[in-house]
Amino acid sequence: MSAPTTNDTTRAEYCVVACAEVWRDAGEVLASPMGTVPTLGARLARLTFAPDLLLTDGEALLIGDTPTLGRPPEVVEGWLPYRQHLALVATGRRHVMMGASQIDRHGNQNISCIGDWARPRRQLLGVRGAPVNTLNNPTSYWVPKHSPRVFVEHVDMVSGVGYARAAEAGPSATRYHRIPEVVSDLGVFDFETPDRTMRLRSLHPGVTVEQVQEATGFALGIPAEVPYTREPEADELRLIREVLDPGNVRSREVPA
Amino acid sequence: MSDKTMTAEEAVGRLRSGMTVGIGGWGSRRKPMALVRALLRTDVTDLTVVSYGGPDVGLLAAAGRIRKLVAAFATLDSIPLEPHFTAARQRGDFELVELDEAMVMWGLTAAAQRLPFLPVRAALGSDVMTVNPRLRTVTSPYDDGEEFVAVPALRLDAALVHLNRADTRGNAQYLGPDPYFDDLFCQAADTAYVSCEQIVDTADLLKDAAPQTLLVKRAFVTGVVQAPGGAHFTSCAPDHDRDETFQRAYAQAARDPETWRAFTDRFLSGDEQAYRAAVTAFHGERA
Repeated sequence: MSAPTTNDTTRAEYCVVACAEVWRDAGEVLASPMGTVPTLGARLARLTFAPDLLLTDGEALLIGDTPTLGRPPEVVEGWLPYRQHLALVATGRRHVMMGASQIDRHGNQNISCIGDWARPRRQLLGVRGAPVNTLNNPTSYWVPKHSPRVFVEHVDMVSGVGYARAAEAGPSATRYHRIPEVVSDLGVFDFETPDRTMRLRSLHPGVTVEQVQEATGFALGIPAEVPYTREPEADELRLIREVLDPGNVRSREVPA
Repeated sequence: MSDKTMTAEEAVGRLRSGMTVGIGGWGSRRKPMALVRALLRTDVTDLTVVSYGGPDVGLLAAAGRIRKLVAAFATLDSIPLEPHFTAARQRGDFELVELDEAMVMWGLTAAAQRLPFLPVRAALGSDVMTVNPRLRTVTSPYDDGEEFVAVPALRLDAALVHLNRADTRGNAQYLGPDPYFDDLFCQAADTAYVSCEQIVDTADLLKDAAPQTLLVKRAFVTGVVQAPGGAHFTSCAPDHDRDETFQRAYAQAARDPETWRAFTDRFLSGDEQAYRAAVTAFHGERA
């Protein structure tokens, strides 16, 4: 059921638009994107359908303009050093899109280590802010290379908390817990199922259900009818290509 | 009026094996590297290190000085993984108390405010609870009855931080965009050693800067060390950026014991002046 693409939109551009959609209707909150494609997505969202988003320069400044990737901002509208950023998480006025070295069907995410925690086969970053993020503000994920090594049956170290684990941990864990979406280079996924496990929400044009299944290490919810990720509008493509990323950095994260 | 200036050697000379030492900065940003390098020249070991980890953790781990690390991550920022930290973890070299970024902040805050713990909505449901079986929860005494994680106070025997300016009494100033948690580390510690790019007269601290840049108060400072370039190779905005070329060389050298030995022979076998001369020569070769 491979769908022929009718235009020259690249996979990276579908991914940017899919990431931007994460912040639709988010309101006046901080968009915290991690990675090139989510950064472009957040900036695209602010230039189009989510004008109230707050964005940072990647360090301590809230930026009032929406600059080209890699360019410094010209307008600063606020100050958000690390300690305020951590405190902001607890207010809930933030929607973060994190990376995931591993993610499972319940939305548990791991960026800490691979293998046994006591003596890891591969030490990664550490849990960073994932435990506090997932319990306090909406947390979405971005996976640039969808594979069974990332989409695993069980993550080795639960850094970001998924739905089942939050439920087990009780009302204080579930109160503000929400994982709206997972975006990968193959499609968009969510947890809008009765048992809150991951299902395929849309395929990026050119991708098949079989491809997604093969690249996923657990049984994914597959609806009878799977739509395609929406086409970018002409103005969105122009913003991505001419304003936000004329250097085409996006294609390094998601090759065409 | 007490003059707290001392050399890096005098500052680390007050540290003892087995101590809990907090290190300021974040990742590969404004780390008190001159103090860490001085610490490496002592035989102090068996340390419990509390840090938003960067090459401070890497260097101490590579030298086998850490018994226990309390951290949420270690990174070189522009190079995501700290190579010595990952290698040491994979060898099982030290005990790790892996907390969330916010838990480290609230643990230091509790210590600074002489509280045994602070409640946080974090870590519940995550494996932070599994791998730290000594963490406890606390139930709200109010009608909501919610259950939170009780982050234990992270009280420190000593704190090491690096700032842009300080006076001789220990008032210290940051001029970059982010204070990180340096004042908190100093308040959470029994003794705190502040290195700085430049020691200036108290009257000159606000010559070109606003009062809110005065981050660390002298009441929380034991020693002040003038250490220009003392954060190298991490950043110390606006005085200097991260030395990316040198950082790459550091990360590359960390890949195997042989090249790491050559790196330490070249850069870390002498005093701070020798280090700076070696770094200058390193850049000269590349010019």
